[in-house]
Amino acid sequence: MRFELSDRSASGKGAPAKITARSVNVYYGAKQALNGISLDVEENRVTALIGPSGCGKSTFLRCLNRMNDTIDICRVDGRIELDGEDIYARTIDTVQLRARVGMVFQKPNPFPKSIYDNIAYGPRIHGLAQRGPEMDEIVQSSLERAGLWNEAKDRLKEPGTGLSGGQQQRLCIARAIAVSPEVILMDEPCSALDPIATAHIEELIDELRENYTIVIVTHNMQQAARVSQKTAFFHLGEMVECNDTEEIFTNPRDERTQGYITGRYG
Amino acid sequence: MTDLTGETILKRSTYQSEAFETRLRRRYRAERWFQRAGIGAIAFAALMLAVLLSTIVLNGYTAFWQSRFEVEVFFDPDAITPSGSREPAVLSAGDYPALVRAALLTEVPTAGGRDGKRALMELVSAAAGYTLREMVMTHPEIIGSRQRVSLLASDNTDQFIKGHISRASVEGERTITDRQIGWIDGLRAKGVLNSHFSLDVLTRSNSRQPEQAGMWGALIGSIMTMLVTLALSVPIGVAAAVYLEEFAPKAWWTDFIEVNINNLAAVPSIVFGLLGLSMFLNFFGMPRSSALIGGVVLALMTLPTIIIAARAALKSVPPSIREAALGIGASPLQVVLHHVLPLAAPGILTGTILGLARALGETAPLLLIGMVAFVVDVPGTLADPSTVLPVQIFMWADAPERGWIERTSAAIMLLLGFLILMNAVAVFLRKKFERRW
Repeated sequence: MRFELSDRSASGKGAPAKITARSVNVYYGAKQALNGISLDVEENRVTALIGPSGCGKSTFLRCLNRMNDTIDICRVDGRIELDGEDIYARTIDTVQLRARVGMVFQKPNPFPKSIYDNIAYGPRIHGLAQRGPEMDEIVQSSLERAGLWNEAKDRLKEPGTGLSGGQQQRLCIARAIAVSPEVILMDEPCSALDPIATAHIEELIDELRENYTIVIVTHNMQQAARVSQKTAFFHLGEMVECNDTEEIFTNPRDERTQGYITGRYG
Repeated sequence: MTDLTGETILKRSTYQSEAFETRLRRRYRAERWFQRAGIGAIAFAALMLAVLLSTIVLNGYTAFWQSRFEVEVFFDPDAITPSGSREPAVLSAGDYPALVRAALLTEVPTAGGRDGKRALMELVSAAAGYTLREMVMTHPEIIGSRQRVSLLASDNTDQFIKGHISRASVEGERTITDRQIGWIDGLRAKGVLNSHFSLDVLTRSNSRQPEQAGMWGALIGSIMTMLVTLALSVPIGVAAAVYLEEFAPKAWWTDFIEVNINNLAAVPSIVFGLLGLSMFLNFFGMPRSSALIGGVVLALMTLPTIIIAARAALKSVPPSIREAALGIGASPLQVVLHHVLPLAAPGILTGTILGLARALGETAPLLLIGMVAFVVDVPGTLADPSTVLPVQIFMWADAPERGWIERTSAAIMLLLGFLILMNAVAVFLRKKFERRW
């Protein structure tokens, strides 16, 4: 099996780590979902998390902005640092953390408000801008960077839920970047989209990489190969292998990785 | 592989066999019977509803017609103020029934003797004298003049004219004598006694005499009570629901509270009345039979309904919206206030209106806190004694005179009208604000 590899994968080797995870264990009640994950997410690169369903890749992603806090029975131990700071420390505020580490979800989930308000909501609650030209500027630049401006500029007052699935997902990405996060987490952002919309989002991810650090969960291996520079393979709650995307897909070290990418299971 | 093919052929023939077709027919027959049973049930319910509503309307519509005497009254100075004084105290003590009697006697000269005069006076409402007194008190200058006055007919006269007392029945078994019937016929022929359309039953307050009793006081009491209920139960209920649904940790005590709220929703309403009696009346000493305490008791009764409805509405807001807001750094309170509550609002509103509609029709708990008192004055403040529509219906239905039947039905019509209106508002709001995903 051959993969078309991102040509940038080799270019930025040894970029500084934005997020470092060490021995992360996650438990849902008595059940252990993640077992001793250690992973570095490098700055301004796309890190893909791949693996079969239920392997814990989404769980790990949700640890990075503490979305798991909303699940009562979920318990996280180990250490996750953002710019060298432990994000599970008592001094860390989750609101602040989530403003720095944005998230795009599997199913497009725009607010049932206008397109404009969808984008403006984050900047407004964080006090980044007041109503008026300043906010208009943020809305426009966010939509432009998400590649939605041309389609949406004449219908900013219409509800975001009226857009097509792919447009809704780009709206969600625009909403995430409107608050100027440092890291964007994407949880299977294309799984509900058709191939054309998927191609759009993938191009977008590639462009966003210049300004943001991106972690993407996907179970589409071609997608991981296309958009990421680094790939981590998860299996049964463990991280089997993490390496440059090219290495993982051409020369996997572990036979489980090899089995997965050649389609023997998953 | 050959086995499989053989099986397939066997199966096809199975579905075309006589036995299978018989079974199929039986299945369809069962379905037809099920549908017929359903249609029958609906038809039965519709019939019962139609009987109920038509009985109420047929009994009640006559309450909007009122018989009145149009007579010329001589405001005799000797009867009103023998001393000639114009002091209000003297004027209010005048012998006004004598004026009524004199006016009627000029129309029915044949009613002689004590018994005859008493029988004649029975045709007019006991309130007729008060009507004349009121006229004199506000316009003392009419003393000594002759005025055309419209006087309420008595309950019996009114009911006879409306045909509710049968002319054919034995004299001793009805509340009106043959002689009185003769007079009524004569007066009607002369055009002195007429039946008019009248909204008095809505605009007047309660009275001991059915012909002049109205439900305005009870209506105002109901509205004031509902406002108190609304003001208390909605904020408390929504706040409790939001906390339990969005913030409370999952623990044994939250389960315990949830079970208790569900149980409270099933507690007979009279128990809330007992609570109101022992706690608000006896312990806190709040004003008895007031709209305030009625509203508080009904708010307690409505709270579980609102909490349950609000929790269901909050639960139905998709978690993806909460995640979306959390994901861009909204605080939990902002998630609730900016996103979850607006989306849950139609559901909460519907639950609230249905809870209030139930409270509006509630009688039992209000009996225990004294709202069953006979109140003539329209309540002006929340602390004034008042009654409410369902209690008014209860009291009127209990009274013996024939005239109360139509009043009771008219009050039921008003109450049902309000309930239908509230439910219609609930449906309208739900349709208007419902979000489509």
